[in-house]
Amino acid sequence: MDSLNSLIDGFGTALTPMNLLWAAIGVLLGTAIGVLPGIGPAMAVALLLPVTYGLDPTGAFIMFAGIYYGAMFGGSTTSILLNTPGESAAVVAAIEGNPMAKSGRGAQALAAAAIGHFAGGMIGTILLVVLAPTVASLAIGIGAPDYFAIMVLAFIAVTSVLGASRIRGIASLLIGLTIGLVGLDQMTGQQRLTFGSLQLADGVDVVIVAVGLFAIGEALWVAAHLRRSTGKPIPVGRPWLGRTDLKRTWKPWLRGPAIGFPFGAIPAGGAEIPTFLSYVTEKRLSKHRDQFGKGAIEGVAGPEAAASASAAGTLVSMLTLGLPTTAVAAVMLAAFQQYGIQPGPLLFEREPELVWGLIASLFVGMVLLLALNLPLAPVWAKLLRIPRPYLYAGILFFAAVGAYAVGGESLDLVILLVIGLIGFGMRRYGLPVLPAVIGVILGPAAEQQLRRALQISDGSVTGLVNTPFSVTVYVIVVLIVAWPLIGRLIGRVRGGRNAAEESRTVSGG
Amino acid sequence: MTSESTEPAGPTGPAEPVPASGGGARAWLREHSELGVCVLLFALGVLVLTDALTMSVDIAQRGPVGPRTVPFVIGGMFLLIAVLLAVDVLRGGRGEAEGGEDVDLDEPADWRTVLLLTGVFLGAAVLIGPLGFPIAGALLFWGAAYALGSRRHDRDPLIAAGLSLFTYFVFDNLLGVPLPGGPLMGVL
Repeated sequence: MDSLNSLIDGFGTALTPMNLLWAAIGVLLGTAIGVLPGIGPAMAVALLLPVTYGLDPTGAFIMFAGIYYGAMFGGSTTSILLNTPGESAAVVAAIEGNPMAKSGRGAQALAAAAIGHFAGGMIGTILLVVLAPTVASLAIGIGAPDYFAIMVLAFIAVTSVLGASRIRGIASLLIGLTIGLVGLDQMTGQQRLTFGSLQLADGVDVVIVAVGLFAIGEALWVAAHLRRSTGKPIPVGRPWLGRTDLKRTWKPWLRGPAIGFPFGAIPAGGAEIPTFLSYVTEKRLSKHRDQFGKGAIEGVAGPEAAASASAAGTLVSMLTLGLPTTAVAAVMLAAFQQYGIQPGPLLFEREPELVWGLIASLFVGMVLLLALNLPLAPVWAKLLRIPRPYLYAGILFFAAVGAYAVGGESLDLVILLVIGLIGFGMRRYGLPVLPAVIGVILGPAAEQQLRRALQISDGSVTGLVNTPFSVTVYVIVVLIVAWPLIGRLIGRVRGGRNAAEESRTVSGG
Repeated sequence: MTSESTEPAGPTGPAEPVPASGGGARAWLREHSELGVCVLLFALGVLVLTDALTMSVDIAQRGPVGPRTVPFVIGGMFLLIAVLLAVDVLRGGRGEAEGGEDVDLDEPADWRTVLLLTGVFLGAAVLIGPLGFPIAGALLFWGAAYALGSRRHDRDPLIAAGLSLFTYFVFDNLLGVPLPGGPLMGVL
């Protein structure tokens, strides 16, 4: 059990007083941010990137992991007490959780969600410990063509699987790739899209793009459509579960992670799909099916466990392949790049202390979250009353702090605002933000791997597909791209017969 | 690409009849304001392609793929996507505006607030150099809260000043991320 030994070493790292402190700060900030309406985990991690400039990477990532899990925890509180889910993963929690709160069972709903997150996070993280080293060792020999294939997969998945419209997804990706082009070409030093500006020659910092798109864009968008009457949160006591509730929830807590973890690991939109699948599963298996829609506790327990497990799954592909499958993972990848660390198969060899310290801190964070959230739920619920002008002014304020801390340049604030306005426009016209962020983060790396692969093969395109790994990845890419076409073909073959008959009757009549 | 209809529709010229009156044309434009996005995407494509074309590469070329290849691909994709999006919009496709906890899409967009916030933010960007972070940051928070509708003239500036000073000390002293103190910190 090599990974078990590494994990024990990891606990040695995670349990040092300083790292314990970062984990505690992370889960507290994460929960607060998750509870606060309007701030999702991705925006939270982006806003907190500058906080970590002065930290060592291990401490920083321990804090980020705490924020990620904490925000998931906190998000369900908002859903249950206010019925206004801020992030897609918490939508399902509102379906059953809010009716429960309205009928006076808010405490039970919160407890089912909190323990569900704990169970999901624990199971997911154990799976991460078991699987991640294996995946990393399988992927250890991969070279430039394979890396390029993975990045193509990320681009295709993020534009095709998420969102309603592929065209708009690709448009967003192109915007991100273009921002990534700005600056000196990594291989030749050519200036691209710099317009002669010395500051642009350094490129646009990823932190500024992430903060601009996630924080400024969101704040401006909300400001344009600010709800004048905010909902009143339902007051709630200390979360607890009775014996009958426990009987109904323990199975969903265990089933949820089985659905959530695999979906987190693949680029399929994070927690959105698995929480919904878990909900449907629980509804089908429940003995209290008539209660669904009116406050069935299984419908809170299962999806919440699935959401946390999917966060752990996300970390598998992020740490072992450098493939971000959610917005949070994308921003965390940007943070790795800030430290000059390249996530991927070699990460477990090169930075064992960082990786295993991070994984061990997930367990620590989970225990902290459960210990904090069960007794403190009424306190967190008070955060829902924060006046909205302060909330969004605060987001703009911290976004400005973050962008300015990058390099101490006023111009960075102007670039931040411009990117924020782009983010505003994208929200207005339904262009998803995530492809743009992935484009900025992975674009330059993808170009470098592409050129390296072609250099090795001396310009022959076969150099991109000469490994079994890359071929496998491209097959997956083709499947994703062709899926709607295949679906339409099947539909046309079926519908075609009817249509042919119809046209015959029309022409005949 | 995503459009369900199989009827061909050219990217040139509107597919729907344009009413003759000026008011009708304006309404049509408002309805199809997403075409502006297509124009912007097209312009971006032209920009990226122009930049790639005007690049002199012969000195620095290393390997078979030069620094122009990827910009060419991206620029070309921009033009293609702009046209495809225009087709989609003219066929009635709409980008769905994003919802959220505090977002009320039933009301028309409040442009005044957005412009005010933009102005406040730009102001802070200009002032941070001469006035330092604590003052510029406080003005940013106060101004933004004002723009968003907060009118507590007793409480707002106090919160703004407290937040700004607190952040300055945390970043400058605890986190080791330097922010400009400005003349205020010179006095204190």
